[in-house]
Amino acid sequence: MSKMINIALPKGRLGEKVYNLFEKLGYGCPAILENSRKLVFEDEENNVRYFWVKPSDVAIYVETGVADVGVVGKDILLEQNPDVYELLDLGFGKCRMAIAGKKGEHLPTDRTVKVATKFPNIAKKYFASKSREIDIIKLNGSIELAPILGMSDVIVDIVETGTTLKENDLDVYEDIVNISARFIANKTGFRFKTQEIELMKSKIEKEIAK
Amino acid sequence: MPQNLVLSFEEKTSMKLAELFASYGYKKYKMSKFEEYDLYIENKSFLKSENVIAFNDPTGKLLALKPDVTLSIAKNTADNETEPRKLFYSENVYRVSGNMHEFKEIPQLGLEYIGEVDTYSLCEVLIVAKQSLAIISDSYVLDISHMGLLIGLLEYAGLSYEVRDEITTLIGTKNSHEIRRVLSSRGVDTDLTEKIVTLSTLYGSIDKIIPLAEKLIVNETTRAAVEELKTVCNILKISGQADNINIDFSVVSDISYYNGITFRGYIEKVPGSILSGGRYDNLLKKLGKNSGAVGFAVYMDLLSYLDRDNGRYDADVLLIYNENTSAEKVFEAAAELREKGERVFASTTECKNIKYKRLVKIGEGI
Repeated sequence: MSKMINIALPKGRLGEKVYNLFEKLGYGCPAILENSRKLVFEDEENNVRYFWVKPSDVAIYVETGVADVGVVGKDILLEQNPDVYELLDLGFGKCRMAIAGKKGEHLPTDRTVKVATKFPNIAKKYFASKSREIDIIKLNGSIELAPILGMSDVIVDIVETGTTLKENDLDVYEDIVNISARFIANKTGFRFKTQEIELMKSKIEKEIAK
Repeated sequence: MPQNLVLSFEEKTSMKLAELFASYGYKKYKMSKFEEYDLYIENKSFLKSENVIAFNDPTGKLLALKPDVTLSIAKNTADNETEPRKLFYSENVYRVSGNMHEFKEIPQLGLEYIGEVDTYSLCEVLIVAKQSLAIISDSYVLDISHMGLLIGLLEYAGLSYEVRDEITTLIGTKNSHEIRRVLSSRGVDTDLTEKIVTLSTLYGSIDKIIPLAEKLIVNETTRAAVEELKTVCNILKISGQADNINIDFSVVSDISYYNGITFRGYIEKVPGSILSGGRYDNLLKKLGKNSGAVGFAVYMDLLSYLDRDNGRYDADVLLIYNENTSAEKVFEAAAELREKGERVFASTTECKNIKYKRLVKIGEGI
């Protein structure tokens, strides 16, 4: 008998897209579509259980093994560096991690750079690889405000279309890394539900190759 | 009287493991909590995390609280060991771990075989590792890998040290898409790239994986690795120990210390590996010792994931008496219950902060 797979999905647009993909592949759970405030949904027929969690928490749910698999942005994986398997690049939810600042200016080279970001580890690692010293200002939202108000020289943040930057008179200075959604698995879960997880992986792989 | 009333799951397991190790002729080795700081600076990539708690001893010498036991055992090996040494230890190590990146005291139980590692000794260590997992839980897996395959393939690809490290990390997370990206940017051909990708994805029983591993042979190093793996797996099969053993080449350890067979043990419901070990001749060589070595450690702190129910009750029986009951009567009643192996808490009041299974009242007027 196949074992039940526990899946952690990020709340929001990305999670809904992933759910639609999984449903198409035979991992449907109709209860999830009912508009309710529930966070756990189970489907005995397809042997799946879904959790809706905050996008930045998906990796933690998978790392601790509460969820066997999950879908999470590469940005979160780079920032948190969780001990999980990164089985697939789903190829959607694409964006990039970039350094941005006021339009017409550039990254200061003659002093310590003040960097405002939600991703301190990514920023630290990138600037260290360039042998630059930085001061990190950790923010939790509206990062674009920091350079406008002069709180920081630059920001390190996710850029999707660039519209937010443009509207705030900011510009991308450098790209750090490309981001997309990844299918991850718990290292212990993979060993005790090998067949189920490998089957799911190969189904997704085939579907996204189309 | 049953003695398992007070011992925690961790303590009971640790006793059983020590007995298992001793039955194979391993001798207990008790170490000091401290070690010279220099040892860890010189070998910092051997450690899982570089952070060490350091302090000065009364003479001003810099010492560290042990973050690892294997290094100390390796250091204390004679330069030219002629006879094999079989040691086991039960020590606390101090490492940064967990989500909050704080120092933690981690109880570790492990064994080390130091000397000429022949096929028998290697298989013995693997079987003891397997039996250790079986002591902890019925639902376990021991995953075996051979570093020679990875080392050989990376050699053959002619990659720089930096890229080798990157690929090793990616194999550890079964990240085939990034492996393809990195290798294609270095101009490695598709055939070799797919071999390295296969290395990261292969997972399954001995019978399933060995024939597939043979297809990954590209040079002498990889050939020798597959041969050794085959020999060891055959012996495990013949001795009826092949169940619950899988082959997984994503079990990677630092190439500069580990060579040959490496392995990890997993228990259902415990995140991450609870047991980790392998052949580390390279470490001894680095420390100037002319000897081979193989060993493993069990991370006892992870047992807490299996031990949710322990300590739920403070006592089995709450024995209530009042001023009409003589002390002898209370003693007698309590002794009778203890005789049956129950934990008895005698009191005149129904204590709210004691969790008990049942209530027994003695004496008149209660």
